[in-house]
Amino acid sequence: MKEKLVLIGNGMAGIRTLEELFKLEEVDKYEITVFGDEPHPNYNRIMLSPVLAGEKTIDDIILNSREWYAENDITLHTGDPVVKIDRIACQVKSISGKSVAYDRLLIATGSNPFIIPVPGADLDGVIGFRDIKDVDAMLEAASNYKKAVVIGGGLLGLEAANGLMKNGMDVTVVHLMDILMERQLDKSAAGLLKESLEQKGMQFLMEAQTAAILGDERVTGVKFADGSEVEADLVVMAVGVRPNIELAQKAGIYCERGIVVNDTMQTFDPKIYSVGECVQHRDQCYGLVAPLFEQAKVCANHLAHLGYGRYEGSVTSTKLKVTGIDLFSAGEFTEEEGDEILVMQDPAQGVYKKLVIRDNQIKGAVMYGDTMDGTWYFQLLREGTDISGFRSTIFFGQHDLGDAGHGDEARIANLSDDAEICGCNGVCKGDIVNAITTKGLFTLEDVRIHTKASASCGSCTGLVESILASTVGEGYSAAPSKKPMCSCTEHSHDEVIEAIQKEALKSMRQLFDYLNWKTPDGCASCRPALNYYLLARWPEEYQDDAQSRFINERAHGNIQKDGTYSVVPRMFGGLCTPKDLRAIADVCDKFDVPEMKVTGGQRIDLFGVKKEDLPPMWKDLSDAGFVSGHAYGKAMRTVKTCAGKTWCRFGTQNSTGLGVKLEELTWGSWMPHKFKLAVSGCPRNCAEATIKDFGVVCVDSGYELHIGGNGGIKVRVTDLLCRVETEEEVLEYCGAFTQLYREEAHYLERTAPWVERVGLNHIKQCILDDEAGRKALNERFKIGQQYAQIDPWKARADGAHTNEFTPIELAV
Amino acid sequence: MSEWIEVVELTQIPVLGSRVIKTQEMDIAVFRGSDDQVYAIRDACPHKNGPLSQGIMHGTSVTCPLHNWKIDLNSGEALGPDEGCANVFPARVEKGRVYLQLKPAEAVA
Repeated sequence: MKEKLVLIGNGMAGIRTLEELFKLEEVDKYEITVFGDEPHPNYNRIMLSPVLAGEKTIDDIILNSREWYAENDITLHTGDPVVKIDRIACQVKSISGKSVAYDRLLIATGSNPFIIPVPGADLDGVIGFRDIKDVDAMLEAASNYKKAVVIGGGLLGLEAANGLMKNGMDVTVVHLMDILMERQLDKSAAGLLKESLEQKGMQFLMEAQTAAILGDERVTGVKFADGSEVEADLVVMAVGVRPNIELAQKAGIYCERGIVVNDTMQTFDPKIYSVGECVQHRDQCYGLVAPLFEQAKVCANHLAHLGYGRYEGSVTSTKLKVTGIDLFSAGEFTEEEGDEILVMQDPAQGVYKKLVIRDNQIKGAVMYGDTMDGTWYFQLLREGTDISGFRSTIFFGQHDLGDAGHGDEARIANLSDDAEICGCNGVCKGDIVNAITTKGLFTLEDVRIHTKASASCGSCTGLVESILASTVGEGYSAAPSKKPMCSCTEHSHDEVIEAIQKEALKSMRQLFDYLNWKTPDGCASCRPALNYYLLARWPEEYQDDAQSRFINERAHGNIQKDGTYSVVPRMFGGLCTPKDLRAIADVCDKFDVPEMKVTGGQRIDLFGVKKEDLPPMWKDLSDAGFVSGHAYGKAMRTVKTCAGKTWCRFGTQNSTGLGVKLEELTWGSWMPHKFKLAVSGCPRNCAEATIKDFGVVCVDSGYELHIGGNGGIKVRVTDLLCRVETEEEVLEYCGAFTQLYREEAHYLERTAPWVERVGLNHIKQCILDDEAGRKALNERFKIGQQYAQIDPWKARADGAHTNEFTPIELAV
Repeated sequence: MSEWIEVVELTQIPVLGSRVIKTQEMDIAVFRGSDDQVYAIRDACPHKNGPLSQGIMHGTSVTCPLHNWKIDLNSGEALGPDEGCANVFPARVEKGRVYLQLKPAEAVA
């Protein structure tokens, strides 16, 4: 027998909970009935402003069609509000007289617009701004009348005013405070906003307290506390919303401002859950969509009897959906004692940015005119990133840093629809906007799945997030601060790394069991990561799992688009002899290698090798003294060197010799991502050591050690870690830094974003300030290397894993 | 009904891994699940002919090594919003040996 689930409220939070439940493959658990107040299926309420402004139609904003309800076997009663919850008999009763029993009840009744209790508030032509009915009333008024008054200069009020203005009405916004959107903006930003709205023709009455609505049947004007009056044919009250708790209260469910729930979205009645704007959680009521979606996910987790999801509150951000006005606000923006304020102001350009900083972390952001980096600041805020390393350039935006962004072309609003956003997958802005609006997408993950934008190299992630934010406005569900590793788990990378250490998890199976993995054996995204984490933590005990490695690492060569492989023999420090080159040439002749190339890392790449030829080829290379170059792996790749003082007239140290020593130390080591080194013999830096993960620049007095650089999609120049005097120190610091990266970085995170995430200070503390810690890191690195420096090519040439390389020939 | 052909011993396929079977017509990838079920699929991703045999297997699907398309090994259908289908072939295990039929199974609609 299926249990019965009744949902009261056919809106975004409630339906999202059902969708999350279906994602958990619990479709068959419940027989579901939905009661909705409005006559429509679930639509995107935050898109009402664009509908009012004539930029979208009602059909555009429907999220779930009636067919969706039918396909999922949901009984839907629209236009039929529930009027009574009988908690003893466990049933609900609707206005049309339907009685439905429940085993679990979900209340998602949302909120009601607050109507100021002044005389005349019940006149015709006085409405809120909450649903399709209100939009229809406004559109109708716009075609018959001229003058509109919007009471409330908050987000919703300004969007309503903008929409009415677009429909040809004269609009006056009445606001009780002296600044607009006072919950999101400070005085300066609000001033800029007011100015540009006035230029568009909006009128304002600030610090005006409404005393009465005038008129007999239909509204004719508004009267204020100071006795002044203004004419009006339409009054829109947008002074806030109140959680709609009437039904819950009548049923005796404990409510304060909203229906009080715990971290599992359960009310004081254990059979009854509640999500959305009607809810009060840890003393907070939320009116924006992103937190509601987080609640929906947690609630679904408990409805599915999984029992481990926790909602711990949300930080929210806001964007105003008025075309042509860029405004962004997040977090706290009024300073407390001890806070620092960074301000950038350019009145002529209409640009204003303010960041509130506490303990080197962003606590709040207000931006006007140029909101490009809003999503980035919001991310730094949610993740509590230490910004001291890039504080001096933070206003130049993320593209001024290393790992993402395409610079100034990224003025999203001005980009045409055919502007290519994702260069890897050829996705244009129009494709993304179209997918977001037609498929009802809210998260970066959704956009990636449906359009592939930012799903490959990820460098356009910031752009895609901005498009998402500007298309769906505050509905943009920014990824929660805790990002699960993949869809197989709720746990983040850091939590998994910690569990492997703390709980001494030493096999994939133990890990899946202990952390409640949702899939039987993970996926192509998490298995390689877990295999790495286990191997990095337990090098002496963990049995490497070949089937959890990407094919390049399993076959010890790079797969090419035609299914052949490329082979790169290691040449320590880039040095080679005539004998080495002859051996490589002989191998190429013997195996018909169609193309050879010198790589950027000063090695020789042999292309077009058939998989079954790999082991015999490796045998010949191995006999000639070569080991694997690991050009295929998330591993230490190469040490690039310049000529050095042996030959170069500028050289200060033996850079090639040191390069060989560094490569002998680090070769074979598995890493979170590829890892490159270089040694330059003098500050002219011919080996380009300052764009490597670990670079050494020799100077007359010793060695400069540089970390966290990369070439690639967005070049990042290294940070200087320190200067040392001897080669022994270079090797020790290199081992320690490498091991710190191996232990702390997330899988597939290169040193550049890792250094930015944890901060250079943290790395300096671990490597420079803590001598014992540095030596311990270096020691752990060397222990791991005992197991890593067994040449995989020789092993396979000698017969290991033959099945991997041997196809089965059938005569048919 | 096409005949069952013995191709390999089950133990010669790694768990959650595959072997490539070369026939005159095409390459077929034979996968072994964590429950020792076997699956046979044409070794060419419907997207850009990537060798599925070289992908990572999880549950009853495989992720193509070239562009991360996820293919269901029961039906050959691409999963998620991607669209496309690779031929699958009937495969079974009997007394530790893997047998295939070389006539494609009816595509599951």
